[in-house]
Amino acid sequence: MSLIDALGRLEAVRTGRAQPAATVRHRHLSDRPLVLVPLTTAGEAGAPLGALVGTDRDAPRLLVVPQPRDRDLRFAFLAELADAVLPYIDSYAGEVEAAERTETDPETGKRVKVEAELCADAPQLIVPSRGGIELVRLLGRSMRFRRTAEQDPETPHPAPPRVPLLGRWLTHYGERARVPGSSLLLALTDLLSRHWATGQSGLEDQHLGALLAWIDPPDGMTGAQAALRAELARDADGQLLCPPAGPATDPAFDNRLLAPAIERYDRARTALAAAEDGLEADGRLAALAAAEREIRALVERVTRPTWDAVWRGLDLLRALPEGAHVEERWTRDRWSFTGHRDRVLAGEPPQPRRDDAVTAAHKLAAREREQARLDAQEALDDPLVMAERRLAGEAFTGEVTEVVMAYSEGKRPSPRPLVTVRTEDRPHLAERAKVYRSLGGRPQTAEFVGYEPCPDGALIVLRITDKMGRGKEPEPGSVPEKGEHVCFTLFEHEQRGGAKLPEPERTPWTHGGPPGEPGPEPADPVTEEDLL
Amino acid sequence: MPPPRTGGTALRHRLAELRGPDVPAKALDARALAALAANPGCRRRAILDGAGVDKAALASALGAPPVFGQSQFAFMRGNAFEARVKADGGAELLRLVRETLDPGAEPPERPHVPDLTAPGPEGRRTRTEQALREATAAGAWTLLDHPMLALDVAGSPALLEPDAVVVHPDGRWTVVEIKSFPVLDGSADPAKVGAAARQAAVYVLALEETAARLEPPPEVRHRILLVCPKDFSNLPTASAVDVRKQRAVTARQLARLTRVEDIAGTLPDGVCFSPDLPAEELTAAVEAVPATYAPECLSACELAFHCRARARAAGAVTALGRSVRAELGGLSTVDDVLAAARGEAGDPDDPAVAALRRAARLRAQALAAADREGAAPCP
Ligand code: SF4
Repeated sequence: MSLIDALGRLEAVRTGRAQPAATVRHRHLSDRPLVLVPLTTAGEAGAPLGALVGTDRDAPRLLVVPQPRDRDLRFAFLAELADAVLPYIDSYAGEVEAAERTETDPETGKRVKVEAELCADAPQLIVPSRGGIELVRLLGRSMRFRRTAEQDPETPHPAPPRVPLLGRWLTHYGERARVPGSSLLLALTDLLSRHWATGQSGLEDQHLGALLAWIDPPDGMTGAQAALRAELARDADGQLLCPPAGPATDPAFDNRLLAPAIERYDRARTALAAAEDGLEADGRLAALAAAEREIRALVERVTRPTWDAVWRGLDLLRALPEGAHVEERWTRDRWSFTGHRDRVLAGEPPQPRRDDAVTAAHKLAAREREQARLDAQEALDDPLVMAERRLAGEAFTGEVTEVVMAYSEGKRPSPRPLVTVRTEDRPHLAERAKVYRSLGGRPQTAEFVGYEPCPDGALIVLRITDKMGRGKEPEPGSVPEKGEHVCFTLFEHEQRGGAKLPEPERTPWTHGGPPGEPGPEPADPVTEEDLL
Repeated sequence: MPPPRTGGTALRHRLAELRGPDVPAKALDARALAALAANPGCRRRAILDGAGVDKAALASALGAPPVFGQSQFAFMRGNAFEARVKADGGAELLRLVRETLDPGAEPPERPHVPDLTAPGPEGRRTRTEQALREATAAGAWTLLDHPMLALDVAGSPALLEPDAVVVHPDGRWTVVEIKSFPVLDGSADPAKVGAAARQAAVYVLALEETAARLEPPPEVRHRILLVCPKDFSNLPTASAVDVRKQRAVTARQLARLTRVEDIAGTLPDGVCFSPDLPAEELTAAVEAVPATYAPECLSACELAFHCRARARAAGAVTALGRSVRAELGGLSTVDDVLAAARGEAGDPDDPAVAALRRAARLRAQALAAADREGAAPCP
């Protein structure tokens, strides 16, 4: 944690309110995100208990598994989830714009530009917390290898085709969420704690209710008081006033409310099965329906506060102006979405269980590159982030005190002006280090030439080396002027390699597919005690 | 049980006083050892655990009850899985041990599963030791189901109950951990595997204490067997986990613990942690032992909400996390740090103070710039 971040937290403690950790919004927010608030059953590997899902904050769709140990009910839940999510995804797949991308020509091996479709916008999934992202991944994994009756008429529990399809989408979104700066699948706690420093620890920030309490405490309460209430306050029944944001439930909820309700449901089912005639069955069916309604009400009761909290958090984030580079990163997300759409359309098999070595290495390299890109862009977009880099000696700002024209040697001399910047920052400049500033959104390079201490700081002499046009004299505006305020960074603004789309790991299968990919993988074997 | 290495009756008497009249001692368990790992330097935790105080009851009496609890679903599932792993008189489990750790050994034909029932934990511990001795001498595959082991922690015995210990035909011993988190496509949540490895390392140390009392001392293997459900099924899959590192770390932590009698010696007379006492008195008693609260306590120690409230009330910066504290040099309260940052206090030649002022200035500038321009940082 940087000192600036630490100061933000300390100020939050003192004022009783979260303080800005960013001055712009660093992630894209869709106008119409799909919010998913899932719950799982304790102790079961990702066995769903229920969820609220949808794009309308006033009308979430409630999905419930009344007996999470029942495989058929779990499968029905997943099919319903597919019904809720796939139309939303599809609604973005059709609208495209023409774009160009670079591909390797399979015959010549050269990088060539090809025309391509790019989806004009992409679906965005918001979950309350990091656990939600994990669950998206887990659900994706559990669904994408399910077999349909068409694929395999013998399969013991055939899935409707939309189930494996959703599994592939969730897998894609789960993978994409590992890419720094990506916004296809976001956890609200991550989003909020990126933008606000609370008066509690990062560990406690994982609690959505407590985090929101610091950022936007109710009238008459400090953040600390409101957060404590969100964490601990219980009603007369021993139930948390602010239920955990999931996917895990509160043990007191499981033990006092859910378990008895599930037991009643089980009894009603057994009774129905034992009914001897139609009349008796009718009555018992009604009892079963009532038992199921009770469980649905319980699940709604503990998901709805989280659902509302997620939308409230989104409101708070929307109030921040969007960072200048956010759209560029979102375009990468759109490419990612379009790429997966194309792979599904082309009939490619689901993502393998494990990446082969080449794919894994590609992904790792891509993540490192995107992290560097994100770090640079956030600093350029946000003075508070830049301040952290300045504090770390990785950037400096100051006023230009002198500009001396100079030229390179050689047959065609080019301008190499010497610019002196007076700064209070303490950049860690090595001899002839390269530094960069943003000139109309593009990086201009300079070379560190000399350094001279002065009261309250230093004079730094730089030689500008590019972006001044082709002529002997620099183009107007391309050289900083005396009195101008400038900001130079020691880190590069743009990342080389793979910069231009699409994702490197996504060699289209028409071009041989990702290296070493085997054929379609078999479904998970079904055993008596399967849990998903 | 051998007599505790130090102290003797005087210490035992003192610790009983700290617990309160007629309050039985609570033995250290795996949960207490997890708290120890999360915050080894905390003397408050050390003396409470050492004296056998029920920290959950104490926390409730202080008005800050812990929130640990287990869902019955998780409990049932864990039990069902463990039963499945140990079914058939341990045949499947021993097969996994042999296959994973000792493929050269003869296959377990008819595993011995000695009866370990005995009255009371101490009785079970003695019975376990006897069974271990017999199994080692017999030279046959033996499964000890929920044995009871003892480990000396800062002068007080902790009683531990691993899921299972296996004695190999060559007389070596292996700790078995059965967990209900899944291994998905060959990998499991690293945090959970890490926690399991730390727990197993404690069992390894406890087994080594037992082994040291045998002649010749049998070898306790440092590769333990972790058994988890495979993918989305209830089928067990086993992996060998090397716990040498965790064992070394825990052994070092245990060796460095301030001995309970030393802490007890610093307490004023009359201090008592009995949950029957009024909250103010208990608060004062707890306050008499220094604590080192950090947010990690929240998931490990029953007293965390109480200690957090006290840390916050005192303005301790560690309440915000150890990493915050690390940045701030010697300044330890919110007010001190902010005063130093604003230039109202602190020695400007102190590098920590100077860095703080620079950070505060840069932060203020950036926020002002953003306010002015709606954010356009890099001209
Ligand atoms: S919660 Fe308190 S007693 Fe427990 S380890 Fe942390 S500081 Fe020590």
